Amino acid sequence: MEKTQETDTDTLISDINDIAIHDPVISKSVTENEPEPSSSEQGSSYEILFDQLKENNKHIFVLSTAGKPIYTRFGNENQMASLFGLMIALVSVTQDSNDTLQSICCGQTRIVFLNKDPIILVGVSQSSEPNDQIKKQLTYVYNNIISTLTLTQLKKIFHNRTNFDLRRLMSGSERLIDKLITFTETDPGFLLDSISCLQMPSSSRDKITQTILTQCSKIKNLVFGLLIAQKHIISIVRMKKYSLHVSDIHLILNLINSTESFKTAETWTPICLPTFDSSGYMHAHISYLAEDCQACLVLLTIDHNLFFALSDAKRKITEKMRCNDCLHEINEAIIRQPVSLARANITGLRHLLYKNKNRSQHWCPPFTSPYNTIALQQNLMSVYSSLISQMNFPGRTLKVIFQQLTAETMLAWATDDVELYMSFEPLVSKECATNAVTKLTQWMKKEEDSLFIFNIPMF
Amino acid sequence: MKRLTAKLVFMGSQGVGKSSIITRYIKGDFKKECEATIGASFMYAKVTLRDYQITLKVWDTAGQERFRSLVPMYYRNSDAVAIIFDVSDRDSFNQVKNWINEVRKNTDTPVVYYVVGNKTDLIDTRVIMYEEAEEFANSVNARYWETSVYSNTGIQDLFTNIGRNLIEIVESSKPPVHLKLEIDPEEAPNNERINNSKIQCCTN
Repeated sequence: MEKTQETDTDTLISDINDIAIHDPVISKSVTENEPEPSSSEQGSSYEILFDQLKENNKHIFVLSTAGKPIYTRFGNENQMASLFGLMIALVSVTQDSNDTLQSICCGQTRIVFLNKDPIILVGVSQSSEPNDQIKKQLTYVYNNIISTLTLTQLKKIFHNRTNFDLRRLMSGSERLIDKLITFTETDPGFLLDSISCLQMPSSSRDKITQTILTQCSKIKNLVFGLLIAQKHIISIVRMKKYSLHVSDIHLILNLINSTESFKTAETWTPICLPTFDSSGYMHAHISYLAEDCQACLVLLTIDHNLFFALSDAKRKITEKMRCNDCLHEINEAIIRQPVSLARANITGLRHLLYKNKNRSQHWCPPFTSPYNTIALQQNLMSVYSSLISQMNFPGRTLKVIFQQLTAETMLAWATDDVELYMSFEPLVSKECATNAVTKLTQWMKKEEDSLFIFNIPMF
Repeated sequence: MKRLTAKLVFMGSQGVGKSSIITRYIKGDFKKECEATIGASFMYAKVTLRDYQITLKVWDTAGQERFRSLVPMYYRNSDAVAIIFDVSDRDSFNQVKNWINEVRKNTDTPVVYYVVGNKTDLIDTRVIMYEEAEEFANSVNARYWETSVYSNTGIQDLFTNIGRNLIEIVESSKPPVHLKLEIDPEEAPNNERINNSKIQCCTN
């Protein structure tokens, strides 16, 4: 059994070499190997396609198990029929031998598969991120599809018609997937499974939360309320016994931050929160508090008739917040310079990610010198990413990692409550780095009240 | 001043310009790239006509197929329905009939129907001509109107006309009970047709 599997894999790899998108010579061989290239024109169109694909080092494709294209991050699915055909062939040939294709590695290129019957997600990456992380990105994309359709509907559609073209139902939501992929590549919250909170004095936050809570607690069937400022959460309230999972909050954040029209009108939309309940829709009332306060209030309910009740509640929340100065305090917090790491005054420390494990919240201070360019910041993020995946590798518990790299010295530090990833100047010693942990932990004790949400009340 | 509050719903295929028409009317601006509406948006549009101050509660529904099953939730109890199509896209025109039939089947109150051909600035690619659309609208007892958000024609008049038709209904001998007409007390001491309606939301 194992033997056959090996040969299968060999053929797969030789197949995959034909489409390796980093090698111009090899990609040309695809056009030559094409069974019946009807004309030289078609041959050159493949070349153009592969040239386009090569311009980007991270691709994500979604297709149905029947091989119908659903989504591609770059380019047009219609021009990639043969590419999608190859993907489905790779998946089914392994399936035939009662196995599941997880990933293919060839040179720099890694191809990761996530089979979520009735759809398959494929990630192709030439950057250094771990396979698990690519798989997690694919899961996010999958969750986004579920959030627009629900799992129940997705299964039903393909149960009735295996050949269904899902793009019909996905139309208009592709841009959300595009933005979500960018989010997974740039936001530390994705790496840390956590959310970032808008920094503000805890007394202000409590006042805001209380104002929302007072209105929300009166409404039957309201399940969650969130107040969001750009990428940060200001406040969360929830119904007794229910809680919001981080990955669902990420989907909500992505929806809000990708949709300009929420700023001009109240929106009422069904949304499925896959981790909360993948089988059905919740209904979301989405609106910005006021023209002069760009914080977005999301109220989630299970009752699709609740729009006017929620609209009314929102109006009252805004009125109250105007009276008790909350709107002003939110605005202050939005424009305030985020707290800088320099204030902690720790020698040699350049940057860090701090995760409060119990709350699933993190703090990522603004990048300062030498991380002045996007490229350098991305590079640091990928160093973090590799540390995070080493720290959280399933089946083992690491407490400390100390790494001296060419450009920086990294320290990862985990306790029961905190995960800490620190970037130091290159020549910082182990002792110096561990001392920094102590110093930072003390400093955080003073600051964390404003950096994290400690009070998520229920109604 | 008489105050009238009515519910207006915009429907139609995706990309025909529903949101753009409303944004043009309310905000006065136009974006060439308009992102697809998610679910439905709710806005207030004001129309002042004769001695009437009309507040239209406008539902702007998403045209995407996946939101289709939700549309009844929005047009229920509506007073006016505007079904938009793109004059350069026959499919979107063909859809109009289905929308009208659907609303007819599911409402029992008198509704002002407007069929609106948008994007009339696309002269070269236009496939639905005025005559064809108007004939069709007449055949389904709807009014036909043309707009171009791009060149800002017909937009103001669309809302004014809808307002005018709503006034006609309110002033008719049997105005529907749910159409809310309020008359400023000092001006209407003995008016019998005041609907005694505080702000009452359509929660049913």
